[in-house]
Amino acid sequence: MTNIAPELPPPGLPPAPEGGDILVQSGWRLAAREFAQNKLAVLGLAALIFFVLFCYLGPLIYHGGLSSDLEAVNLPPGPGHPLGTDNQGFDVLEELMVGGQAALEIGFLSAVIGMVWGAVWGAVAGMAGRLFDGFLMRIVDVLLSIPFLFVVLIVAVRYGASVIGLSVIIGIFTWQVPARLVRGEVLTLRVRDFVSAAKVAGSGWIRLMNRHLLPNSLGVIIVTATFAVADAILAVATLGFLGFGLQYPTFDWGDMLNNGVTYLQDGYWWLVYPVGICIIVVVMACNLLGDALRDALDVRLRRR
Amino acid sequence: MTAYLIRRTATAIVVLIGVSVFIFFMLHLIYPTPAIDVLGPHANKFSINQWNAQHGFDEPWIVQYLRYMNQLLHGNLGYSYKLNQSVASLFRERWLRSAYLSGITLFLSVVIAIPVGIYQAVRRNTVGDAVVTTGAFVTYAMPDFFLYLIAIQLFAITIPIFSYEGPQTTSMVSIIFDWRAMTLPIVCLTLLNLAGYSRYMRSAAIDTVAQDYIKAARAKGLPERLVLLRHLLRNAFLPMITLIGLSIPDLLAGNLVCEAVFNFPGLGLLFYDSLGTADYPVLLAYTLVGAVLVVVGNLAADIALTVADPRIRLV
Repeated sequence: MTNIAPELPPPGLPPAPEGGDILVQSGWRLAAREFAQNKLAVLGLAALIFFVLFCYLGPLIYHGGLSSDLEAVNLPPGPGHPLGTDNQGFDVLEELMVGGQAALEIGFLSAVIGMVWGAVWGAVAGMAGRLFDGFLMRIVDVLLSIPFLFVVLIVAVRYGASVIGLSVIIGIFTWQVPARLVRGEVLTLRVRDFVSAAKVAGSGWIRLMNRHLLPNSLGVIIVTATFAVADAILAVATLGFLGFGLQYPTFDWGDMLNNGVTYLQDGYWWLVYPVGICIIVVVMACNLLGDALRDALDVRLRRR
Repeated sequence: MTAYLIRRTATAIVVLIGVSVFIFFMLHLIYPTPAIDVLGPHANKFSINQWNAQHGFDEPWIVQYLRYMNQLLHGNLGYSYKLNQSVASLFRERWLRSAYLSGITLFLSVVIAIPVGIYQAVRRNTVGDAVVTTGAFVTYAMPDFFLYLIAIQLFAITIPIFSYEGPQTTSMVSIIFDWRAMTLPIVCLTLLNLAGYSRYMRSAAIDTVAQDYIKAARAKGLPERLVLLRHLLRNAFLPMITLIGLSIPDLLAGNLVCEAVFNFPGLGLLFYDSLGTADYPVLLAYTLVGAVLVVVGNLAADIALTVADPRIRLV
């Protein structure tokens, strides 16, 4: 008796951790397999990985010169400057790398802020129900009704743009959609048997949320986050293009385009097209990834 | 149905109040008083305080909010100290131009998106579908201004058919007939809207094609043209109503960038210029007007959907 006992789970308790883990894993593994079969998704992922390497490892290897060189202004692509130089004599290729860092950082940070905030807000609203739920969701309605670009512009103009500041302000206008979706998930989940069982077993609110409700809404959150990154990168580029974006010494793709516009008539294409294509490829990669994840995780949701 | 509409309208009013409080409070935090703009950057503290007291900017923000809303409901949107003109008169001068630009692009995008989406759904996974989907995907990922720049480069500089600038006249009639100046903004904005709408219309139509009533209509021998027009189009259009309501923030933002690039003197350009000069009353009023449009647009879409779709009336 005493020899066998340690090897068997104590009677009455299900082998919860192992069983749970296997189930969860197989769900994610299924999703991963479906994702891998989607060629466009793999392409999008590859493009994103390429851009992360390009932006962060690129400047370590390649030094085209990011200091003002007034003798090498607006040079066309050629030896030493594969993508030419801009009106300050900055090397366009290196500017692209460093500017991409800001875009990726803001996209990622604002998505994280938005998703964490939205998930907690939505879960609390879904759990609370009734009046408090209504109150929380009306706040979401209010924020969704405010033209987001206007507010971001006003704040950026007044306080100046920084990577952290822009991430926070974009994050503030990102969390509403995940909040709505997570609330919907929680509303359907909380009447399911396993949640009732957990409640009967004495789980408190926090445990219910952390162990059961949020992990099961993770699919929705991940998919929304991917699209949020794309939207944030576009918003930052728009801000920069309108002239209210990140300022030197931080580089910004939108600002580079804004510079290039001045020389559109002179035919300095290297100031406009490389950076425009970079923005399109990164945003498209995020959208492809999001679409594929949505299919793989079988999340039903509508984009804004 | 009536109960639903009343409840929906009541929610919209609550949201409107919330929106106005939020925007006013936020802009109040950012720009507590326009005193510096009026008195100049070297004004001393005493004169600033005096000016604030004279114009009511020293009162608690909630009092200022209530006064502002009272004025707003009487048609007074504030006074632009930078342009020395009332905001309402500025808006009255310009709103028609922006409304024309938004209206015509919205109309064109919907009218084009419907047949394109249906074509894609019916010819799903063919070459034509793939070409349109790819085009929509690329345009969807494109920053608005980049499309404008490409268009200007191609059709205004390299091949100078169109103007790179919007019309600068004040007469609405000459703006409408000035095709050289209006083509690029309208076509570009339509393409940008179309990218989202056609994707949406395609998936709505695909869902509808799979419905039993389409099969039944085909099975009873109805000509394909009638199946598409009578059954598919009418049902697949329903989600578009919601989408149009939801896309008002994008329309406003699109107008802002488009007008800024093409120097088209509408409300978006006014807002853009006001950002540069920190003309707070204009910024506040236009953000508020934009938010009201969004709320009213969503409400109108929901009401239109109730009218169009009998299934919703039962709820």
